[in-house]
Amino acid sequence: MTIQQEAVASQVTTSVDAATVKQDFPILTRTFHGKPLVYLDSAASSQKPRSVLDALRRYYEHSNANVHRGVYALAEEATAAYEAARGTVARFINATPQETIFTRNASEAINLVAYSWGQTNLSPGDLIVLTQLEHHSNLVPWQMLAERSGAEVAYIELHPDGSPDMDSLDRLLATERVKLIATSFVSNVLGTLLPVKDIAGRAHRAGAVYLVDGAQAVPHLAVDARDLDVDFLAFTGHKMLGPMGVGVLFGRRALLEEMPPFLGGGEMIRHVDYRGATWNDLPWKFEAGTPSVGDAVGLAAAIEYLENIGMESIAEHDRRLADYAVGRLGEITGLSIYGPLERGALVAFSLAGIHPHDLASLLDEDAIAVRAGHHCAQPLHDLLGVSATTRASFYVYNDESDVDRLVEGIEHAKRTFGL
Amino acid sequence: MSTLYTEIIQDAYKHPAHRGELPEHTHAFEDENPLCGDTLRIEVVVEDGAIADARFQGRGCAISQASAELMLDRMIGQSVDEVSVLNREVVLEELGIPSISPARLKCALLSIEVLKRAVIKDF
Repeated sequence: MTIQQEAVASQVTTSVDAATVKQDFPILTRTFHGKPLVYLDSAASSQKPRSVLDALRRYYEHSNANVHRGVYALAEEATAAYEAARGTVARFINATPQETIFTRNASEAINLVAYSWGQTNLSPGDLIVLTQLEHHSNLVPWQMLAERSGAEVAYIELHPDGSPDMDSLDRLLATERVKLIATSFVSNVLGTLLPVKDIAGRAHRAGAVYLVDGAQAVPHLAVDARDLDVDFLAFTGHKMLGPMGVGVLFGRRALLEEMPPFLGGGEMIRHVDYRGATWNDLPWKFEAGTPSVGDAVGLAAAIEYLENIGMESIAEHDRRLADYAVGRLGEITGLSIYGPLERGALVAFSLAGIHPHDLASLLDEDAIAVRAGHHCAQPLHDLLGVSATTRASFYVYNDESDVDRLVEGIEHAKRTFGL
Repeated sequence: MSTLYTEIIQDAYKHPAHRGELPEHTHAFEDENPLCGDTLRIEVVVEDGAIADARFQGRGCAISQASAELMLDRMIGQSVDEVSVLNREVVLEELGIPSISPARLKCALLSIEVLKRAVIKDF
């Protein structure tokens, strides 16, 4: 390949045509108060492309039956669709199907580890290490586990720009009491990209297990669980163009084999009699009851849609859009942006003189959907010294024009409040 | 003009007459809106079964703060019994808006929740 060809190829791999992509999302044609919707809340939940909606419909119109034990052809087809979806998810994060467990969402995936691994591996005096920027889903399950086990929760501190203070992690590891580290990959408030591979190395040298909450990362970055060398990775389908109702837990096989089941019920057993039961193989040991088969099929369709664009291109697109947003928002008088320069696809900010909830209501009058509040990260907001922030988050279907509408909307809100 | 942020609400938010403390208060209550973490404290002087004076403090959105201002303005001089009948309709009437989204209704109603807890025994 000549240098010129390489330049062309790299351009191709880093371009997302958001205007074309947008046409694949029926909901984005909606209008509110007579104005076209600008959807800037993908960090809370993404919209779904037609291919995902079609996959759901096709599954329910064509292949629906309960999975596994069915003998008839339709049940076999449903089982095949479910396990094929698992295969797609596993390939997407470079894991094996045995290590890829379907849950309801990322919170359930984290709770699975907190209950199953936590209950059997933690003792009074052990440390569970989190960061100060965690979403409640990667905070509350560990506080509950600490309560049950007598272990303590400690925190990796943040630098003023929202990046993690790795020295504070080393100080905790030096106590030799750390059994588990659990961190976000990308902060849902600050946008901070955590050095996950680096943390994995430090965790393993200290003999600790490392769980990553990938809810804001897997939709936006090429994530290779094997390469990152993490022990657990939790994420959710609905933030990555998939349906609500399906999440994923990746777990290192050796750990999963040793862990007791999380929930008991159908499908997770090998044999049951009146005295007790033995457990099914991985991954089914952790999937009690009828799973959300249609949603898993929809998630696989979402992954195919993302792969069609290319995760490298999506990462580049999101990064550029976040940079553009930080630049444009930074020009607004009275507006303060939280988080480091290097960030994921979101910007949280505050505006002098207008409360975040008022700003979100005013933006809604211009059909701009943003989130206002503590974004399920109340302790982080306490640390930032604010009760709430306003957050705009981006995805493949957003482009500069959406950011421009946001900036216009904020200026409009300021005029309304006489600022 | 915004349909929600009417002049009534903006004026009450920006120029409240009843913001502050009442060191001589006989009743007080403070609460938090769990949705947004906003706080509101209302201090009241009750004399002969009536609200002789009232003040509010807190930080929050224009809706919750304007609602506190307008409701205290309405209730000062009224009997304590009148507090128990306050409801959503009265608050919207004072705010001068026909309706509000469910998410923002909590902000609007925080003032009467706090006022009721301040002056009604066993509320």
